[in-house]
Amino acid sequence: MSGDVLLRVEGLTRRFDISKPWLNRVVERAQKQYLTANADVSFEIRRGETFALVGESGSGKSTIAKMIVGLLEPSAGRIHFDGHEMDFASGAEMRKLRRRFQMIFQDPFASLNPRWRVGDIIAEPIHTFGLLKGAEVTREVGRLLDLVGLSSADAGKFPHEFSGGQRQRIAIARALSSKPEFIVCDEPTSALDVSVQAQILNLMRDLQDEFGLTYLLISHDLSVVRHMSNRIGVLYLGRLVEVAEARALFTDPQHPYTRMLLDAVPDLALSGRRRRPVTGEIPNPIDPPPGCAFHPRCPLVMDVCRQTLPQPRATASGHASCHAVAAQDALSVD
Amino acid sequence: MTPLLSVRDLIVEFPTRRGTLRALDRVSFDIAEGEVLGMVGESGAGKSLTGAAIIGLLEPPGRIAGGEIWLRGARIDNLPREKMRRIRGRRIGMVFQDPLTSLNPLYTVAQQLIETIRTHMDVSEREARARAVGLLDRVGIPAAARRIDDYPHHFSGGMRQRVVIALALAAEPELVIADEPTTALDVSVQAQIIDVLKEICAERGASVMLITHDMGVIAETADRVAVLYAGRLAEIGPVRDVIQAAEHPYTAGLMGSIPTLTQEAARLTQIPGSMPRLNAIPQGCAFNPRCPRVFDQCRTARPELVARAGARQVACWLYEKEAQNVG
Amino acid sequence: MTDFTPEDRPNAFARAWDSDIAWSFRHSPLAIVAAAVSLLIIAAAIFAPWLAPHDPFNPASLNLMDGFTPPMQPNQFTGNVYWLGTDNQGRDVFSTILYGARISLFVGFMAVLFAMVLGITLGLIAGYRGGWIDSLLMRIADVQLTFPAILLALLIFGVARGFIPPSMRDAMAIWVLIVAIGLSEWVNYARVVRGAAMVEKSKEYVQAARVIGVHPARILIRHILPNVMGPVLVIATIGLALAIIAEATLSFLGVGVPSTQPSLGTLIRIGQGFLFSGEWWILLFPSLTLLALALSVNLLGDWLRDALNPRLR
Ligand SMILES: Nc1ncnc2c1ncn2[C@@H]1O[C@H](COP(=O)(O)OP(=O)(O)OP(=O)(O)O)[C@@H](O)[C@H]1O
Ligand SMILES: Nc1ncnc2c1ncn2[C@@H]1O[C@H](COP(=O)(O)OP(=O)(O)O)[C@@H](O)[C@H]1O
Ligand code: SF4
Ligand code: SF4
Ligand SMILES: [Mg+2]
Ligand SMILES: [Mg+2]
Repeated sequence: MSGDVLLRVEGLTRRFDISKPWLNRVVERAQKQYLTANADVSFEIRRGETFALVGESGSGKSTIAKMIVGLLEPSAGRIHFDGHEMDFASGAEMRKLRRRFQMIFQDPFASLNPRWRVGDIIAEPIHTFGLLKGAEVTREVGRLLDLVGLSSADAGKFPHEFSGGQRQRIAIARALSSKPEFIVCDEPTSALDVSVQAQILNLMRDLQDEFGLTYLLISHDLSVVRHMSNRIGVLYLGRLVEVAEARALFTDPQHPYTRMLLDAVPDLALSGRRRRPVTGEIPNPIDPPPGCAFHPRCPLVMDVCRQTLPQPRATASGHASCHAVAAQDALSVD
Repeated sequence: MTPLLSVRDLIVEFPTRRGTLRALDRVSFDIAEGEVLGMVGESGAGKSLTGAAIIGLLEPPGRIAGGEIWLRGARIDNLPREKMRRIRGRRIGMVFQDPLTSLNPLYTVAQQLIETIRTHMDVSEREARARAVGLLDRVGIPAAARRIDDYPHHFSGGMRQRVVIALALAAEPELVIADEPTTALDVSVQAQIIDVLKEICAERGASVMLITHDMGVIAETADRVAVLYAGRLAEIGPVRDVIQAAEHPYTAGLMGSIPTLTQEAARLTQIPGSMPRLNAIPQGCAFNPRCPRVFDQCRTARPELVARAGARQVACWLYEKEAQNVG
Repeated sequence: MTDFTPEDRPNAFARAWDSDIAWSFRHSPLAIVAAAVSLLIIAAAIFAPWLAPHDPFNPASLNLMDGFTPPMQPNQFTGNVYWLGTDNQGRDVFSTILYGARISLFVGFMAVLFAMVLGITLGLIAGYRGGWIDSLLMRIADVQLTFPAILLALLIFGVARGFIPPSMRDAMAIWVLIVAIGLSEWVNYARVVRGAAMVEKSKEYVQAARVIGVHPARILIRHILPNVMGPVLVIATIGLALAIIAEATLSFLGVGVPSTQPSLGTLIRIGQGFLFSGEWWILLFPSLTLLALALSVNLLGDWLRDALNPRLR
């Protein structure tokens, strides 16, 4: 499974201009204001694996996803897909690449055009890439509906006739219709009930096995991530603070924020594990704390953390950006 | 001892142009003094409606079409609007999913807290303010004495929900109904809020009805849990029993479908299909088209809640059959 | 596009009959009456050449002796009876109303169409593109909204006539009127469409189309346009009533269609001259028709707005 790299992201950064309109700025003598949604994010996704990004609301998960599929332009950084640098401005070259990746969205009620029939929705990528024609399209749509557990007769219905879980199946069928290798899934089950979530997660796994798909899975739910992914990246205020193999991350988290996230997961096993109460809330991303952005909430905070941004240090199966991790390393070397 | 709250055969209906939809169908449960009752179910199962019916805030055209609700031995489902308004806030406090809907953006937190305290209790302005500061401090607002004069939008989402909890508890109610109090919050903040809610209610002896779709929250917080499916109670009992040894096939399926941090399974247990819409609830047991253990009787007659060992009740023919065999 | 319309489902009519809109219509007596009145007047206008007992524009068929015949009474000279009487030139008032409504409705529909096409196009571009295009269009809209529409139409009408050679003025008048009214109304469509387009473009179905590289123009027309048509329809209906009244006002002021082709507004202007000399019917009947038409169309628009707004249901 640890095959070649399918997607490589280097130094991805995205700033949003959130200044007031020009006139207001002049009148109020306000400065231009920027919000850094992502800063210097780098990771690799290997062919056939599921790489997960976790983080709380506003940590920049969706922004990364949107930059990768070309919905947002990066302010800095590069994205390589199967060795090709993605340049969304170039038409013909990009068209070929575009067919090979797809996206599944969070809200199954907003992700399907309410005025289109399900068949037309699923066929849109087929038409856009000119993959099939005429009756073949109808047959292919029927096959895709079967594949995701619906029936080919559903092609003639409108989205409002389906439940949330069924709509998410339709969205998956649409994503599969261009026969992609890589699918970005932004919170694909957060809007669903657990019993429906189980169906969708199982379906995603089955499809991955059948077609050798590679997933970038975005979620704030650690249990889902644990269940689905091979490797995991943890985001805090737009920066990747830790990357590790899934098992290692859960058994031996390195970064204090990762540990805190794990502690916050309610204990369904009723093991009586007393959770360490997490303190504080995510700071305002417009004006993040200097040094390590996590320092106001960190139980291990040191003086250096307040001034210097920690650099990524290699860990057993990935890396973590934390002065305390580095210090530990130094200790253990001694 | 009479329970604090007793709901008997509650029926809630929505008349629509295509016929009347029955959103809650003969729901019965009790909440004991000082108890935390969790209410779980998929979206649309009727959790919020149960809460709304109890506090008399059903949105028209929804209406209580049958059953009774008793608070400390007195019926409250047929009270005139004015009397019900006095019970809300004073005897039953409320915490909703979105903190912004429970706070008035035009008034400071102090004004809202003091007003609530003074409407329901006979205390002076100064006393009320002192109480308000104490409450805010208790729910974990740092520098409460200073921040009490801020407006709601000055607080972050988690802090706002703390304020809402303080507001719900301001008049020292006997029961707090919390509808998805943490769903809109960040993961790391959810646990803080649940902790605060639980501790402060325990301190003041208030019972809690905790509505959520998150089994993990229930597991950590509730004493007993009620599982709703398609407007009917499937199972109700002590949290540990229900979570670790669910008896109703739906509860069992639900528990199996939740991924956990500790177990590594290739596939999750999956209940086929989805919860029926209100206009298409199947005959007999509402769960029968999806049930792995369905048998003939399930398709014709609806199973009633039957008492099981350990204060548990289950609505499933499997157990009624057992009871008959024994009896 | 492949056709996914299934055969085994209820036909379009059955589905339309069963829809929420149709249900709301069937349960709103006011809407039914309003629709009946509008349809009656529209049908009468369309079929005027067949329905009208006289051709008021054929000078050969006119008899000045018939002038000023009161409604339902025989003319004192000719003994002819007219339902709604005749005007000073002996034209049958009922027939002039049918032809007048024809002109009024034609101008109204065309003006709405013009305003709609212009407003939707600019609104879609502004809403989807955002940025300076959006700012520019919306500032123009703001400025335009500070003038009463009728004043603006008057202005546009005046300016346009200045450019048209006098020999063509009468022939062009009706088109100039349409453009003038249309230009004074486009802002309503543009603003609503812009708002709706901004909401729709951030929805995930639009993002899904962008991910696979669907051309923006196609996204606008195939994805967003169908989803913003609801409010547009409401404005268009109310806009029709406004346009008819605007036309009537302009014609009443004497700057609209020439009197050789009288619209309802022209008829009212003519009739107004006879009010104090006792020939009230020349004014009353065209006025009542205009009132019934504008009111019923407007009521229909109000009903449509409520029916399409799920929160009011
Ligand atoms: N178009 C935008 N303009 C300004 N700020 C934005 C924009 N999009 C995102 N942001 C900001 O960037 C940060 C990261 O947003 P992003 O949507 O990527 O978060 P997320 O991790 O996906 O959160 P969630 O779990 O809520 O989906 C947030 O602070 C957000 O407010
Ligand atoms: N105003 C309404 N009109 C019709 N049906 C409603 C209305 N409000 C709620 N319902 C229905 O009642 C059922 C229960 O709703 P609710 O209690 O909100 O569910 P939840 O368990 O998610 O809180 C759902 O099927 C819902 O569609
Ligand atoms: S760098 Fe310092 S403040 Fe940041 S996580 Fe590590 S120890 Fe905590
Ligand atoms: S009553 Fe029958 S169908 Fe319903 S849960 Fe029990 S076994 Fe399953
Ligand atoms: Mg997101
Ligand atoms: Mg609810």
